[in-house]
Amino acid sequence: MLRLALKMLFGDRAKYAMLVCGLSFCALLMTQQSSVFCGLLLWSTATVRNIQVPIWVADEKVEQVNEVVPLRDVEVQRVRSVPGVDWAVPLFWNILQARLPDGTFQAIQLTGLDSATLVGRPVKMQAGRIEDLRLPNAVIVDQVAIKKFARKGIALRVGSTFEINDKEARVVGICETYRSFLGQPYVFTTYSRALEYSPPQRKKLCFVLVQPRADTPLATVLERINQLRGLRAFAADDFAWKTIVWYFVNTGIPISFGIVVLLGVVVGVAIAGQTFYLFIHENLRFMAALKAMGAGMGMLARMVFLQAFTVGFTGYGFGVGLTALFGNAVLTRGEPPFYMPWQILVFTGVVIVLICCLSALVGLVKIARAEVAIVFK
Amino acid sequence: MSELNNGALAVQTRSLVKTFGGGENLVQALKGVDFEARCGELLMIVGPSGCGKTTLLSVICGTLQFDSGSVEVFGRDLGAMRPAELTAFRGQNVGFVFQQFNLIPTWTSLENVSVPLLLNGASRARAEAVAGKMLEAVGIGEKLHAYPSQLSGGQQQRVAIARALVHEPRLLICDEPTAALDAGSGRKVLELIKATACRPDRCVIVVTHDSRIFPFADRITEMEDGTVRAVRDGEEIQKMYV
Repeated sequence: MLRLALKMLFGDRAKYAMLVCGLSFCALLMTQQSSVFCGLLLWSTATVRNIQVPIWVADEKVEQVNEVVPLRDVEVQRVRSVPGVDWAVPLFWNILQARLPDGTFQAIQLTGLDSATLVGRPVKMQAGRIEDLRLPNAVIVDQVAIKKFARKGIALRVGSTFEINDKEARVVGICETYRSFLGQPYVFTTYSRALEYSPPQRKKLCFVLVQPRADTPLATVLERINQLRGLRAFAADDFAWKTIVWYFVNTGIPISFGIVVLLGVVVGVAIAGQTFYLFIHENLRFMAALKAMGAGMGMLARMVFLQAFTVGFTGYGFGVGLTALFGNAVLTRGEPPFYMPWQILVFTGVVIVLICCLSALVGLVKIARAEVAIVFK
Repeated sequence: MSELNNGALAVQTRSLVKTFGGGENLVQALKGVDFEARCGELLMIVGPSGCGKTTLLSVICGTLQFDSGSVEVFGRDLGAMRPAELTAFRGQNVGFVFQQFNLIPTWTSLENVSVPLLLNGASRARAEAVAGKMLEAVGIGEKLHAYPSQLSGGQQQRVAIARALVHEPRLLICDEPTAALDAGSGRKVLELIKATACRPDRCVIVVTHDSRIFPFADRITEMEDGTVRAVRDGEEIQKMYV
């Protein structure tokens, strides 16, 4: 009977196509928009992921990595004095304007690394050597800078120059970084040169990057640093999560994406629910005939649920497949943001299952209420 | 259940009452109907539209609940059965031929006919084998894999008869089986029902308006305004209707 139930479903091609299209669209909207949302939130943590150190120390008021409250330079020494700290180095990070040879400007994220150790250096170089950062006026730009400058007609390469705050910056290398939330390119230089590039300010130290000793647990070191007045230490993962939560709570992004995802659910319920109801309604006479011939509600329920879940899983497959194609395309380009963790697939699957259950239940109620005697009318 | 022979009581109703609606819209469709049908006979229920024929048929086959009175089918009291029992009883003992055939349009003849067997727990292979033989028996063995839309009205009714008989029910219920057919096809359908369905241990009840098929009846129950007006048999039928 279940095979025949599927044949009944597939036989009504128009409704089957409508159901699959509705649920595919629903799954596509939910997975694609959620993935773009997650990708966007992931972009907000780019600085933490580009500068790979276990512990970040910032001003106690700092809530997320893209928020800079300058510290006094002595804070580096205070952190170094904490038992369990192996090393601690300063980091400059701020958004400045780069002036291009044709006079146009481009916002950049200037990142000043400790010149002795170059801790926080980019993980992957496309051209040049990281050590060349120690040369006069040297900077290393990322692949985003190459693209952004190219859009303005400037082919940036090793040896090219531009200005930051009226001072020359000479490109000695090109690196790969994770793209940031605002899309501004990362420009790496040494800490001391970053201070020269930045406008005059009483305090300029942005973060202290820390490595705990091998024999001291990370949590212990974090706790000890947090006891220093005016400072707050974050484990890198924790800092990234706090940044994500901050964007979640303090921006309208979740509402905006949430509305689209909700729209997907509404479209799914409306199209799939209504079409499935129509499908049952049009087959009600046949369902009643089956009841008359001895099909119990249990058998009819199995048939209806099988039909509902078949369209559900087909629609889910198409929707997720289309999202995967979209993701594949955008990941090659690097934008728009896209990150599809398994939780999105599970969430969408659960919503689709709920829509299928709801549709099937509404149909079953109609069948249960139908008088078997309608077969004689 | 007692052994059923030719002439034994198959269906019996006593003081059967069924009403629809309520208040000012109350319609009493059956007003204390006493009705009998016996094994081995083809009994027709006739009467004008709205006289309660289809309501009586629906109650007899257990697809419609009644208000008062009693209904016994092969000695079982339908009023005492729970819905699930009634469904199982119908599945095993009752076959249906509907006016509009009610063949599922997306299933082939073979699949439509195998449904009662599948519902009674037969495997797909056995159900299709028996259904194939039944379709051959009703004369459309070459249309096993045809869909209802590919069949004429007469052929669809043959498939419906095959479906009604395939699980060998003891009660065959036919609701206006010739209403959607031309005269020739209608006659052939009745000939087929008479030839394949009428057996000593089986009762066939046909509700019809079609006086051309009255001569096929062993007995005719005439209904009027929710009551049985008369029951006619053999010679009377020949005198009145032929």
